[in-house]
Amino acid sequence: MIQKCKTSKEIGGMGHSIKRKEDDRFIQGKGNYVDDIKLDGMLHMDIVRSPYAYAKIKSIDTSKALEIPGVVAVITGKDLEKYDLHWMPTLMSDTQMVLPTDTVMYQSQEVAAVIATDRYIARDAKEAVKVEYEPMKPLMNPHKSMDADAPILRTDKEGKSPLVGSHKDNHIWHWEVGDKEKTEKVFKEAEVTVEETMHIPRIHVASIETCGCVADYKKVNNHLTMHMTTQAPHAVRTVLALVAGHVGLTEEKIRVISPDIGGGFGGKVPIYPGYVIAIAVSFLTGVPIKWVEDRSENLQADSFARDYHIKAEIAATKEGKIQATRFKVLADHGYTDASANPSKFPTGLFSIGTGSYDYDTAYMEADAVYTNKPPGGVAYRCSFRVTEAVHAIETVVDTLALKIGKDPAQLRFENFIKKDQFPWKSPTGWEYDSGDYKAGLEKAMKAIDYDGLREEQVEKRKKGELMGIGISTFTEIVGAGPSKDFDILGIKMFDSAEIRVHPTGKAIARFGTKSQGQGHETTYAQIIAEELGIPAENIQVEEGDTDTAPYGLGTYASRSTPTAGAAAAMAARKLRDKAKKIAAYLLEVSEDDLEWEPGKFSVKGAPEKSKTIQELVFAAYTNHPQGMEAGFEATHYYDPPNLTFPSGAYICVVDIDSDTFEINVRRFVAIDDCGNIINPMIVQGQVHGGLTQGIAPAMYEELLYDDDGNILNGTLMDYLVPTAVESPSWETGHTITPSPHHPIGAKGVGESPTVGAPPAIANAICDALKPYGITHMNIPITPFKIFKTLQEKGLLDTDLKI
Amino acid sequence: MTADVEPRTLLVHLIREKFSSTGTHIGCDTSSCGACTILIDGKSAKSCTILAVQVNGKEISTVEGLLTAEGLHPIQEGFKENHALHCGFCTPGMMMRAVELLEKNPNPSEDEIRWGISGNLCRCTGYNNIVSAIKYASAKIRGAELPSTEPKFV
Repeated sequence: MIQKCKTSKEIGGMGHSIKRKEDDRFIQGKGNYVDDIKLDGMLHMDIVRSPYAYAKIKSIDTSKALEIPGVVAVITGKDLEKYDLHWMPTLMSDTQMVLPTDTVMYQSQEVAAVIATDRYIARDAKEAVKVEYEPMKPLMNPHKSMDADAPILRTDKEGKSPLVGSHKDNHIWHWEVGDKEKTEKVFKEAEVTVEETMHIPRIHVASIETCGCVADYKKVNNHLTMHMTTQAPHAVRTVLALVAGHVGLTEEKIRVISPDIGGGFGGKVPIYPGYVIAIAVSFLTGVPIKWVEDRSENLQADSFARDYHIKAEIAATKEGKIQATRFKVLADHGYTDASANPSKFPTGLFSIGTGSYDYDTAYMEADAVYTNKPPGGVAYRCSFRVTEAVHAIETVVDTLALKIGKDPAQLRFENFIKKDQFPWKSPTGWEYDSGDYKAGLEKAMKAIDYDGLREEQVEKRKKGELMGIGISTFTEIVGAGPSKDFDILGIKMFDSAEIRVHPTGKAIARFGTKSQGQGHETTYAQIIAEELGIPAENIQVEEGDTDTAPYGLGTYASRSTPTAGAAAAMAARKLRDKAKKIAAYLLEVSEDDLEWEPGKFSVKGAPEKSKTIQELVFAAYTNHPQGMEAGFEATHYYDPPNLTFPSGAYICVVDIDSDTFEINVRRFVAIDDCGNIINPMIVQGQVHGGLTQGIAPAMYEELLYDDDGNILNGTLMDYLVPTAVESPSWETGHTITPSPHHPIGAKGVGESPTVGAPPAIANAICDALKPYGITHMNIPITPFKIFKTLQEKGLLDTDLKI
Repeated sequence: MTADVEPRTLLVHLIREKFSSTGTHIGCDTSSCGACTILIDGKSAKSCTILAVQVNGKEISTVEGLLTAEGLHPIQEGFKENHALHCGFCTPGMMMRAVELLEKNPNPSEDEIRWGISGNLCRCTGYNNIVSAIKYASAKIRGAELPSTEPKFV
């Protein structure tokens, strides 16, 4: 059940599952993705990449490449150095090479760029560039980054004043939150403590469209139009101006257009070297430059997420009442901290890891280090480390349940923050806005028949069959964020909406966010339809063009509905206020005598005297009261008063083959609470997709490197993105606890399933393996990993070596 | 349509760049993702793995050919009505694969659908609604009663 709809299906306001407006072009192959853009005289760029993870560049010989007919230029770091364009900032105030001048720091790093008239010729030229390297032993193990004999990776920082990192060691930053001493005291005196050490592996978003751009610089008017796969076009424009302002590309001379995007999931937030090189080349040649990376380049060189090594502990009473938690993190950021976290939060919102449970003591600390891996810390459908935090707490909660012999559902019920305790202050400083965790878990248990499953499990265990049930009851934290605490490179994390209603009552609305498949063209129209009563089908939504859209920070971290969605409602309310004034004027009554129902104002007690929104809009252009501004337009920049706290209760059932350890996810029920729902169909679609991106790291995906820094699964042949066969048939539902501070009571949902699913799956698998005494396994949990773990524990009657 | 191509030109590049039919997408370089799936003489194929010269004289169908004077193809309708796409990037390839699947097996089970599209990756939808879309198209093609497209919740 969702909240009651206030509008008719024809108006299509909140709560209606109206079909998506954007689909017509996509199902006809008429989307406009970056690689579809073809400009006159456009040249193609390809990138020479390093085969080594750590090496000195002794020489780059471009002569053979330049001899190939159709090759226009080969660009190296030395060329960019002349214009001081060979380095750029990351979104975390670290620095990153655009192209190296002397050293490569990770395998597949950009080394040189070739420009040619055709993509095939560019590829030929790439092969013809001869680079001589002097390989060095790379630093691949983050646990060894701080060893005395570790090579110091960022010697480039010497003599500079870096905002993060140093030339003296490989330490990037230390972060901590909570009360360390109090936590230690609680742990010392606790009746029960449990701990698990885990690695949340390095994974890759692998959106089906890779990254790319067409950089189009026109010398005649010193203007750059940058068509690029970006989730945050306005922020990119500002960063480009900061990087290239000194060569004359100031912000008014830059237009960033983000066309249709083939999936983002956070991987299209950062600015990759390829974009900057394309701009530099277009700037130098005055010709449009297209760069679209291959899948292998995408998997090997950009968009890495996670890579957190965590020790998580709980202190509790012997009955299982949680008293304190303590987390310690080692974060492997690779060669540079390329996250896109708010400045004050180098670990993102990891401190949500105290979970959905009522206790008042916690301490968390994290240290980040450099290694010779590609830049890390980018998102995978969760930018701000909530996935890592939720995995940690939901894992140790299960370990606690096992240790004290209590059912994990019961343990959760006994520790939940209760509905009437909200707003609830967490021991790490958050104010959870609302929630009803008990209702969510009860609903999930009923839907899956939890008690029946536990009975079945008892019978199966008697027969030696491996069946497991896993729970995850998570609290999300999204909607960044309030400007007092949240910024990216100093720019506050508000977002925006601009609504223009035309004289005939149809509208265009523009936003600072950018959909990558979330359906904004439909859902934003529904929010405006809800507030103004103009049918959603008459509201055209546009995003992604910095010349036309109001400034905003973009779409990631489930922030669009909490920020830009709120801005849409607020801008629409400004227009409704104006409509009311016009109605009072036309109906010759006081504003106080009017009442609103979606689509019209009428006189209280005389409903036949009314004016529709369309009539009022028309009057704003044809017959507005003297003294009032003409027209019917409004803009709002929404600065949220707090974050929103969606939650979920997920239950997973697995059967594991006791010979091959093949894991079958039999059922998965997800109950989400994202507050009021704009479009149930789209919310469900988001949950389905997020769940598949939850089973992916839980059972299939992990980027692996050998000791020499070679990536072992850098193509889609061996990086296992789930197909329709691996992905179970998801069962979803919801509870609704509206956000008390959000204008339409919504909270955001895109990330939740990816955050909540992995621990539910991992807990189910460990529950199935309970007869073997397994409490925790690092994800991804594969049949091979189970086999190996049991064999190492001496629990298998086999000497089979794999 | 005709074009002169280099022997090494991939079919997907011929379609996208010479014929400017950009509905067929490129998602990988290892024939794994299926975004470039088209039909060659009615059989689905990954056009990133076929040289343009290999299809000389053959009939190629791409997503642009699904819409006819009668309107949307049942698979297009199925995808829209069942919210079987988010970003739309895998959609053309996924639909072309489904067209052949339904040609060979007009009334597939869920399992047959899942295995049938297992050469096509979607990163957005979690596949549930793609399965529903193909079932919907199957019903429409067979003239059977159309399944409800309202989302079902537990």
